[in-house]
Amino acid sequence: MSEEQIKSLERHFNERIANDEKIEPKDWMPEKYRKTHIRQISQHAHSEIVGMLPEGNWITRAPSLRRKVALLAKVQDEAGHGLYLYSACETLGVSRDELYEQLHTGKAKYSSIFNYPALTWADMGAIGWLVDGAAIINQVPLCNTSYGPYARAMIRVCKEESFHQRQGFEIMLKLCNGTPEQKEMAQDALNRWWWPSLMMLGPTDDKSVHTEQSMKWKLKRKTNDELRQQFIDQTVPQADVLGLTVPDKDLKWNEERQSYDFGEIDWEEFWQVVKGHGPMNKERMKARVGAWERGEWVREAAMAHAEKKQKRKEKQAV
Amino acid sequence: MSSKNWPLWEIFVRSKNGLEHRHFGSLHAADAEMALENARDVYTRRNEGVSIWVVESKHITASNPENNGELFEPAQDKVYRHPTFYDVPDDVKHM
Repeated sequence: MSEEQIKSLERHFNERIANDEKIEPKDWMPEKYRKTHIRQISQHAHSEIVGMLPEGNWITRAPSLRRKVALLAKVQDEAGHGLYLYSACETLGVSRDELYEQLHTGKAKYSSIFNYPALTWADMGAIGWLVDGAAIINQVPLCNTSYGPYARAMIRVCKEESFHQRQGFEIMLKLCNGTPEQKEMAQDALNRWWWPSLMMLGPTDDKSVHTEQSMKWKLKRKTNDELRQQFIDQTVPQADVLGLTVPDKDLKWNEERQSYDFGEIDWEEFWQVVKGHGPMNKERMKARVGAWERGEWVREAAMAHAEKKQKRKEKQAV
Repeated sequence: MSSKNWPLWEIFVRSKNGLEHRHFGSLHAADAEMALENARDVYTRRNEGVSIWVVESKHITASNPENNGELFEPAQDKVYRHPTFYDVPDDVKHM
C-alpha cells in the first residue's frame, strides 16, 4: 500500500472514531492503534489475573462463611474478567500463549498495586473498597471506548465490579463498628492502601506519555489527574462514614474548587514498584509462573483426552 | 508444544426463552464439552443464560469489511422495499 493510500485510510479511520463509530476486529486500523490496544488490554487482563493472588491467599482464612463465599465469588469474577479481556485482546491477532509469555517473562506490565502485600483481614476490606473503587473509576469510561470487543468486555466487567467494592466497604464497616483493635486494624489497612490506590490512577498528566493519543482514540475519556481527583472526592466522605482518618495531613476541602486538595504523592515509590522493586513483585510472578507450570500436565492431558474421544467417535462413524 | 494448545471457541448464549442466542465472547477449551462447561463458568455466573452454543472459531466464515461496498450498498437504493415508498391516501385505514 502506498503512503498516500495509508494516509487516506487513516483519515477515514480517525473520522469514524470522531463520529463515535466502533472499530471491529476485521476493520482496517493503523498499526499503532493495534499495538496500543494489545498493550493496554493485555495489561488490563494481566492485572485481573495477578489481582487474584493477594486475595486468593485469604479465602481459607475468611472469618465467616458469608465472607468466604463473597471473597471466593469476587476472586472468581476476577478470573472471568481476565478471560473476557484476553479474548478481546486475541481479536487483534495476538495469541493467548504470546500474552502469557509476555506476562511471565516480565515484558508486559500489570497494575503495580498488586505488588503490595495483603497482611491482615482488613486488607480484604481496603482492597475491595479502595482498589476496586479506583479500578471502577478507571474502567467506567472504557465502556464507551472505540474498539468494539474491548468496550463490550468492559460493560460486563463494570456490571460485576460494583459488588466487589460494596463487599469491601462492608468488611471495613464491620471492623470499624467492632472492638478498638478491629477498628485499628481497619485504620492500618487504610494507611497502607491509600497512597498506592491514588497511584493506580496513573502518573500525573504532565508525565503521562500515552494520554494524548489515547484520548483521541477514546481509550481514555478523562486524564489521570481528573480521575484521581474524582476518586478522592468520592472516597473521603466514605472514610468519614467509617470514622477513619485518611493518611494525608494536607487533605482539606477546597470551597472554591468544590474539591479536596491533597498532598504530594511519592512518585519515586511508584516508579520503583513499576520497575519491579515493590515488596511483592518477585513473589507474585513466582506464584503466577508456578501455577502455569504446575498446570501444564493438566492442559496436555485434557488435549490428549479430547483427541482420543474424537478418534473414537470417528471410528464409530465408519 | 504449540500444537497442544487448546483451540478457541466462540460462545453464544440465549438469555431467556423467546430470545435468540447472542454472541457473548470466546474462550479456550480442549473440546466442545469443556467449552460448554467453561462457558457456563465464564459467561453465566449471574443467571445470564438458559442455553449455550459453542462453535470452534475456525469454523466461522466472516465477511470482509473491505467488501462491504459490493455486499451491502446494493440495498441502499431499493427504497421500494419499504412501505413508505407507496402513496396511499390518508383516509385509507388498516394499511
